[in-house]
Amino acid sequence: MSKAASLIDIKGIRDGLLVKLGDAPWPDLQVAFINAIDERQAFFKGARLALDVGSQVLRVAELAALRELLSERGIFLWAVLSESSVSEQTAQNLGLATRISKPRPEAARSTPEAGADKTALWLAHTLRSGARVEFPGHVVVMGDVNPGAEIVAGGSIVVWGRLRGVVHAGAQGEASAVVCALELSPTQLRIASEIAVSPKRKSKIQPEIARLQDGVLVAEPWQA
Amino acid sequence: MTAKVVTVTSGKGGVGKTTAVANIGVALAAKGQKVVCVDSDIGLRNLDVVMGLENRIVYDLVDVIEGRCRLRQAMIHDKRLPELYLIPAAQTRDKSAVSPSDMVRLCDELRLECDWVLIDSPAGIERGFRNAIAAADKIIVMTNPEISAVRDADRVIGLVEAEEKSSPELILNRLNLAMVKRGDMLSVDDVLDLLAIKLLGIIPEDESVIVASNRGTPITLNSKSKAGQAFHNIARRLLGEEVPFLELEAQGLWQRLLGRK
Repeated sequence: MSKAASLIDIKGIRDGLLVKLGDAPWPDLQVAFINAIDERQAFFKGARLALDVGSQVLRVAELAALRELLSERGIFLWAVLSESSVSEQTAQNLGLATRISKPRPEAARSTPEAGADKTALWLAHTLRSGARVEFPGHVVVMGDVNPGAEIVAGGSIVVWGRLRGVVHAGAQGEASAVVCALELSPTQLRIASEIAVSPKRKSKIQPEIARLQDGVLVAEPWQA
Repeated sequence: MTAKVVTVTSGKGGVGKTTAVANIGVALAAKGQKVVCVDSDIGLRNLDVVMGLENRIVYDLVDVIEGRCRLRQAMIHDKRLPELYLIPAAQTRDKSAVSPSDMVRLCDELRLECDWVLIDSPAGIERGFRNAIAAADKIIVMTNPEISAVRDADRVIGLVEAEEKSSPELILNRLNLAMVKRGDMLSVDDVLDLLAIKLLGIIPEDESVIVASNRGTPITLNSKSKAGQAFHNIARRLLGEEVPFLELEAQGLWQRLLGRK
């Protein structure tokens, strides 16, 4: 019982419960977690749960299965916090929040100075409506970004396809961030703190780059 | 015999899922397949009405799952066809009565009983949707050539792909060719451009579908209508046949369809 207790730390927060899972192989951890819930069914039933999985790397099948197990016990899983970007992406794919109302202190501290993060996230698939990508560095998408999809990047955004969703480059204040796409037709485009909607297309469809010029968002055809 | 479990879902409500499940069920059964249609829209059931079986309901899906009856007792035999059955939803409960693992267990039992299990999904992307897709071998996404329906279909396809289930297929329902020609309606290409999944069928707008629904006699029982033919073609494609898409008047559309599968 003491081993199980150290793996699962339960806290009440403003929005419901926050459960922090310890370090153990995922199957064992899941079993321990479900057992802990079954032992106190009345306590958990109807709860709104945020789960902190720490450094666990979780794929869609694992997280979806856990969500079903929780749902069968009347527990609504609404957020999954993690240090692993894979788990974060998995959570977003399943429509779960990846942060709770108060930003976690580590996240706030680790905000890079604007432009310092030179890493890029590489996504080799189309982002469909409802997909949300948040990344402190640059984001490259090999595919389309459909209306209803969102990208929030600390750095620049490159879409090797049609950009028709919402993008926010330089989200942490980096005004030199740019947005490039083979077809630049975003629902809304934001760089740093400026927002614009796409004007009606006058020219033919061609690769374009959008940037902040003297505080105004401009888009121009891409010329190498 | 182990059945194929097919779920028809859409995100958007009112695009024609229930009508499609009823009609594809009829079309498959007419070809000698044993089909069980399952209405998973707990609380807002419609499949029984559309199939004209409403007044024969004694037991429903929730009765089976909660163990108040055996599976066979809840299966209503549609007497118009040799092997077409319906398991209706419960009307006096809601979607929390059923869980995804309940559906998986139910379908595991059903798989031994028939050739096809067709599940009518509710609208939305919450519990009802999750219940409906949990046991699916194949997911069909239904949409109308209309911008909000397509937006919702894209969302649903994204969710299905994220669950790493096999790639869904598309049925485009209520296509009005005259409107497409005038530029007032999205064309097949416009829709496929965004959704980018395999096209399973196109069903033209057809007034007789609504009439048939109200009467509880699925349109496919009358094979003269264009919509009925479209449903028959979908059944044939599900059975593995290569069926060209219907010639639907507009020349341009025909050329483009020929260019696709």
